[in-house]
Amino acid sequence: MLDGRSQVRRKIGLRLWLSGGWLTILVFAALFAPLLSPHGPLEQDLFLGRMPPFWEAGAEPGYYLGTDSLGRDVLARILYGARVALVVALVAGSITALVGSTLGLLAGYLRGWVDVVISRLIDIWMAFPPVLFSILLIAVLGPGLVSIIIAIVVIDWTRFARVVRAEAMAQGAMDYPASAQIAGRTRLSTMIVEILPNVLPTIVVLLTLEMGIAVIVEAILSFVNLSISTDDPTWGGMISEGRTSIHQAWWIMVFPLIALFLTVLSFSQFGEGLKDRFDPVLR
Amino acid sequence: MQILRSLLFRLASTAATLVGVAVIVFFVIRVVPGDPIAMMLPPGATAEDIARLTALYGLDKSIPEQFFIWASGVLQGDFGTSITARRPVLDLVLGRLPATLELSIMALVIAVILGGVAALMGTRERGTKVEAGIDVANGMALSVPDFLWALILILLFGVAWPVFHISGRVTPSLDLPFVTNFYLFESLVRLRFDLWVDIVSHMFMPALALAIPLAAIIGQLLKQSLKETMHLDYVTLARTKGYGENHVIIREALPNAILPTLTLVGVQFTFLIGGTVIIERLFSYEGLGNMAIDAVINRDLPLIQGIVILFAVLFTVVNLVVDLTYALLNPRLRHA
Repeated sequence: MLDGRSQVRRKIGLRLWLSGGWLTILVFAALFAPLLSPHGPLEQDLFLGRMPPFWEAGAEPGYYLGTDSLGRDVLARILYGARVALVVALVAGSITALVGSTLGLLAGYLRGWVDVVISRLIDIWMAFPPVLFSILLIAVLGPGLVSIIIAIVVIDWTRFARVVRAEAMAQGAMDYPASAQIAGRTRLSTMIVEILPNVLPTIVVLLTLEMGIAVIVEAILSFVNLSISTDDPTWGGMISEGRTSIHQAWWIMVFPLIALFLTVLSFSQFGEGLKDRFDPVLR
Repeated sequence: MQILRSLLFRLASTAATLVGVAVIVFFVIRVVPGDPIAMMLPPGATAEDIARLTALYGLDKSIPEQFFIWASGVLQGDFGTSITARRPVLDLVLGRLPATLELSIMALVIAVILGGVAALMGTRERGTKVEAGIDVANGMALSVPDFLWALILILLFGVAWPVFHISGRVTPSLDLPFVTNFYLFESLVRLRFDLWVDIVSHMFMPALALAIPLAAIIGQLLKQSLKETMHLDYVTLARTKGYGENHVIIREALPNAILPTLTLVGVQFTFLIGGTVIIERLFSYEGLGNMAIDAVINRDLPLIQGIVILFAVLFTVVNLVVDLTYALLNPRLRHA
């Protein structure tokens, strides 16, 4: 049994290292984007449109991953696009976690009418098709980074609320919160001091998964042309533009797609790896 | 009696959810900036024209008033008139529903087949490299959402090696003798296999993209349940009776292991239907989701409302059906 356990642990370790490694690279690439890319992300050169990446014949020196139809550097746009993706992941993910977990904690621990109201809201939210809901919200809020973050929070808080509610309910049924109250704690302070730390590992895992989802939502919205603006580099926007010229210049779509794929995969694998790390049986 | 009472409770709660959805959608879309009436009229329209048309669509009344007019219409089966298409919303929406239903069901079937095969193979080959490979593939499929799978499939089988259609529902030049919008189903009934092949080759890529994440979930959970069942005494008994491994897995273990997966598939199926919105857009597939995005872009308020309500109805109906099937299949609930 011990053998199997160490084997599983090794697999988890590798997964965390690989996904964590890519995310670290991405953070540095986003931070140092101006130093890493010889060209600006908006710099156009119409004479250098659709130049192939460096290993293909006819490549233009200095444009390592080629250029798009307007002669903009694909590498620079991917690096600057990483900034948008990471900001959305961090900010939208954290606020969603905060709002959803708070509501879930209140519903699961306080029960009663609070639970009835929040559970009913979750039911209603689950009946909305999420992509359509987000597109609708962007139409209401207008395009822009803040709108995207608000839309993600409004749509995805239920992911946290549902799971945290169930966990808080299970924790609340145990003996220790009751003991804490006998020892003189109020219900609210029991919830924050006693229940929350036990639910926190779950929240951290969900947060990592949510960051990946946020990156995808941003990509979908910029793909439907409702994201930031058509000029600012976003991976979804680049994919959408590249798709129209895929037969003439595959690199415009393929490189941002690879960046998006690896990032989403990494967030998800990192979250799954953390989940196993936190699992007391495997630990 | 117990079942009847819980069924009634479920129906009431479903109705409450739908009312909630209707209220939220109605108020959200009323604050959408952009005047749908102004978008309909030519640039030279007079103020009277605008006022007349605004009144025609009831947009001059207060929002709560508009809601009650709309709600009483809905109860009589009138979902209003689309501003862009100038046809009843119900006709438009029901015309597109079959396309989305066929796509979703085809995706579900693919997911069940892929996930089922993965789980059975993984159980049969447990402890080997094959199982490890299936686990890795499952993990990948699960981590990446349908939108990305769709883009990858478009690149692989639409561009690099173009074997499938990646746009539309059917080749436009074909003559369609259909009376319903269930193209896939009707081409089979009419024995028009030439059309059927064309329709399937249009649907396969979007359906596969929708199916991959669900297949991974099915594969993972079913394999887990199968593994647990394989340790039970009755399975060992079957094995000592001399049945082969295939018989033991499929005939003995599977019927007992399938119930948790079935419940999960129900919930996940609603997520899959929600995913059709962006997948239809990507593949220019003429379904509800694609129409919904156009409706948002064109600020066609009555149409947006109708589509969102229909999606909500679809989701709640699927959940209801799953719960009922579960109650019927689970002996403990059946005899309660």
